[in-house]
Amino acid sequence: MVQKDNNLTESIPYGLYKLRVKDLDLYYGAKQALKGISINIEPNTVTAFIGPSGCGKSTFLRCFNRMNDLIENVTIKGEVMVDDVDIYKNMIDVYEYRKKIGMVFQKPNPFPKSIFENVAFGLRINGESSKSVLQETVESALKQAALWDEVKDILNKSALTLSGGQQQRLCIARAIAVKPSVLLMDEPASSLDPISTAKIEELIYQLKNRFTIVIVTHNMQQAARISDKTAFFYIGELIEFDHTDKIFTNPSKDATQNYITGRFG
Amino acid sequence: MSKKHLIGPKLQDRLFKIFAVLCTGLGLLVLLILLIDIVLKGIDRINWSFFTNLPSRHPEESGIYTALAGMVSLLFFTLIIALPVGILSGIYLQEYGKRNKLAKFIEINISNLAGVPSVIYGILGLQLFVRTAGFGNSILAGALTLALLIMPVIIVSTREAVKAVPDSLREASFGLGATKWQTIRRVVLPVSLGGILTGIILSTSRAIGETAPLIVVGALAYVPFVPEGPMDQYTSLPIQIFSWTSRPQQGFIINAAAGIIVLLLFTFILNGTAIYLRNRWYKKTTI
Repeated sequence: MVQKDNNLTESIPYGLYKLRVKDLDLYYGAKQALKGISINIEPNTVTAFIGPSGCGKSTFLRCFNRMNDLIENVTIKGEVMVDDVDIYKNMIDVYEYRKKIGMVFQKPNPFPKSIFENVAFGLRINGESSKSVLQETVESALKQAALWDEVKDILNKSALTLSGGQQQRLCIARAIAVKPSVLLMDEPASSLDPISTAKIEELIYQLKNRFTIVIVTHNMQQAARISDKTAFFYIGELIEFDHTDKIFTNPSKDATQNYITGRFG
Repeated sequence: MSKKHLIGPKLQDRLFKIFAVLCTGLGLLVLLILLIDIVLKGIDRINWSFFTNLPSRHPEESGIYTALAGMVSLLFFTLIIALPVGILSGIYLQEYGKRNKLAKFIEINISNLAGVPSVIYGILGLQLFVRTAGFGNSILAGALTLALLIMPVIIVSTREAVKAVPDSLREASFGLGATKWQTIRRVVLPVSLGGILTGIILSTSRAIGETAPLIVVGALAYVPFVPEGPMDQYTSLPIQIFSWTSRPQQGFIINAAAGIIVLLLFTFILNGTAIYLRNRWYKKTTI
């Protein structure tokens, strides 16, 4: 095991892959939800996870920031390496670690606080209380999330007064305010209308320069539009992982072909 | 009309509606008669001296000063004891405790405790606090007994309020690297505060009206002084009312009615506050 790991580290120069997963198994109680998944994700790319409902793509996404820890009876085997550090080893401080991984959820989930306090939340829990630092960070995060112009005059209003699309961009701003290097997105546009969806997609394209983005999506056109690489999951297994144009034009597996042409799923 | 029904569905619908209206009306009517009766009897007796006079042999000189003072200090100590224990237990059970059979068992038992007759708490308090702990007929013994009585209500309502906070908010907080305590303090508690407050106030208004357990743990009917500390003897408004109603003179009956009006006002204000807070919070935090 150790020997293998050394080989990997030697043969692949540090930093070539932001995220490396090797032989990952995940069980809910006795039921196996993820089977022997291995994947390498390069920095500053957008990777899309596609597959039918219940195929484990969201569960897999949540392995990267250890959100599955919150569910009882989950057992995880294998390696999940972020910047070549195994995040399931005991030495990791999971709370510190989660600050490096931003997450955006399926339904916009802003806190019932002001717009400002939503974005400042991550800083506040770090003990940041300097007004100028908070203000600067909130402004820069909102600008990166392409929301600043819409909310700059109503920062003290409740975040719940925003529209769904605005709320989702606020959640993105909240996630990037703590300066993570990876952004996990779990169907971030599935509850939004086409115009809001287009804005989110445009945003993802821009954020790629600064973050490594992994996005779960049910919308195959969306995967094709925004991602560099696409991974196809089916019943807990990673069937195929390749460049997005290859997956959508010339997949090497029949299952992938069937899924993207809409024959099942 | 189909043979399957004795009476048609539409007629059934109307009959049921009439039945429901009658039942509701009956309940309200009884309540209304009681209230009108009390108010007619007691309203004239309510004046400033009724609030400031000590109890007396003469009904028209008798007041509820010591009873009110006793009630307020009793409530004060009851809440000081019951709130921290009740709220923290509720949070623990919902946020930290594991979901297993033991947790289910505890949950059911706490709900059961909320339904135990209050006189049973009185007997428990008598043995535990008055006799074994040696607190005697003090405010402390009474407050501990009432605290036991309202604790299940506080625990259950805190749990319900905390449970109502959507998991998506907890996930958002954890996703940003917050610890469990930070998540509870900055996300869960602010969102559930309205519900928790409602539970506190409702349990307080229950504690205010309790008479039976206080009689058992030895609240006095006649107390010509205001309690100054937790170890003093005391009376409380419901006790005072109870003792007045058992007197033969008409004047004391009127006093009792006036006392009931004051007590009703207290609970009315408390419940009104609870409803106001709940509505305000729900408006602020609905997603």
